[in-house]
Amino acid sequence: MWKWLHPYAKAETAYNLCYRLLPYFSWLAAITLIAGSIWGLLYAPSDYQQGDSFRIIYFHVPTAIWSMGAYTSMAICGLIGIVWQIKNAELAVYAMAPVGAAFTFLALVTGAVWGKPMWGAWWVWDARLTSELILLFLYLGVIALYNSFEDKRTAARAASILAIVGVVNVPIIHYSVEWWNTLHQGASITKFDKPSISPDMLWPLLLNIAGFLFIFAAIVCLRLANQILINDARRPWVKALVEQSSTESTSSVKGKHNAV
Amino acid sequence: MQFNSFSEVLAMGGYGAYVWSSVAIVFAVLLMLIVHSCTAKNRTLRLLRIEQERAEKISQAKVANAQALFDKR
Repeated sequence: MWKWLHPYAKAETAYNLCYRLLPYFSWLAAITLIAGSIWGLLYAPSDYQQGDSFRIIYFHVPTAIWSMGAYTSMAICGLIGIVWQIKNAELAVYAMAPVGAAFTFLALVTGAVWGKPMWGAWWVWDARLTSELILLFLYLGVIALYNSFEDKRTAARAASILAIVGVVNVPIIHYSVEWWNTLHQGASITKFDKPSISPDMLWPLLLNIAGFLFIFAAIVCLRLANQILINDARRPWVKALVEQSSTESTSSVKGKHNAV
Repeated sequence: MQFNSFSEVLAMGGYGAYVWSSVAIVFAVLLMLIVHSCTAKNRTLRLLRIEQERAEKISQAKVANAQALFDKR
């Protein structure tokens, strides 16, 4: 039943799949992000309390959602890598970490810029903000741990374990606004009853949430392909790629120097 | 459109500095991430090419050395 999946554990197949998926993700990301941002910034109605400052929501909420989504998928890849010893999953952990870290950073920064006019403070040490900051440190820890081992299999295993252990932080971030008193508002879309946000404001938000997911997928495709190349550097298919790239870029130079 | 003029768009009802700075930061970081990821393949290929050429030179030198030793005898 799952046999069709097996070839994708092979490095070259996964590498080619990354580049086959890349244009779809890139175009979807470009379309949804441009449409969602323009719609949200210029056409969505102003908030009755926050005026136009609420428009930061169109960047704050998507980056915050996918900072947690990226971490969860990274941890799942780490688990797959450790349990089934699938090398591509280990490489995916390292491919996802910088993108997730960037999203977390953006969620924190846009949150601070939104908090200043609305709360009167760039930063408060409440549960939501602090746990999101810890998420950023977890991402940086995964990246640093991966880079601190010469042997990349050991590096990937250590980074995967940190990613798996750190996943405990994700539900803490999500429920922090319910468990503790906070300045941060609760969820507006992911409530089980009707979302408590006007559809005119909701649609561009959903577009940008989709957009950030697609751009995450596109960037991870690029970075994963690159990790596969590095990991398979001694394999014939990578050597062929290197040869091909050298004949493309330096054919004229080589022709001069190699004349015997 | 919620705004009547370009200056109103810039002002964002008095919150222009906050809204547009967060937009700028978001797209700047995304752009940096995209550029770094797009150029990663070329960096890797260049690195591997240098490595390969060095390995080739070393093996050629070894062959030449062995040949010289053999000729001396």
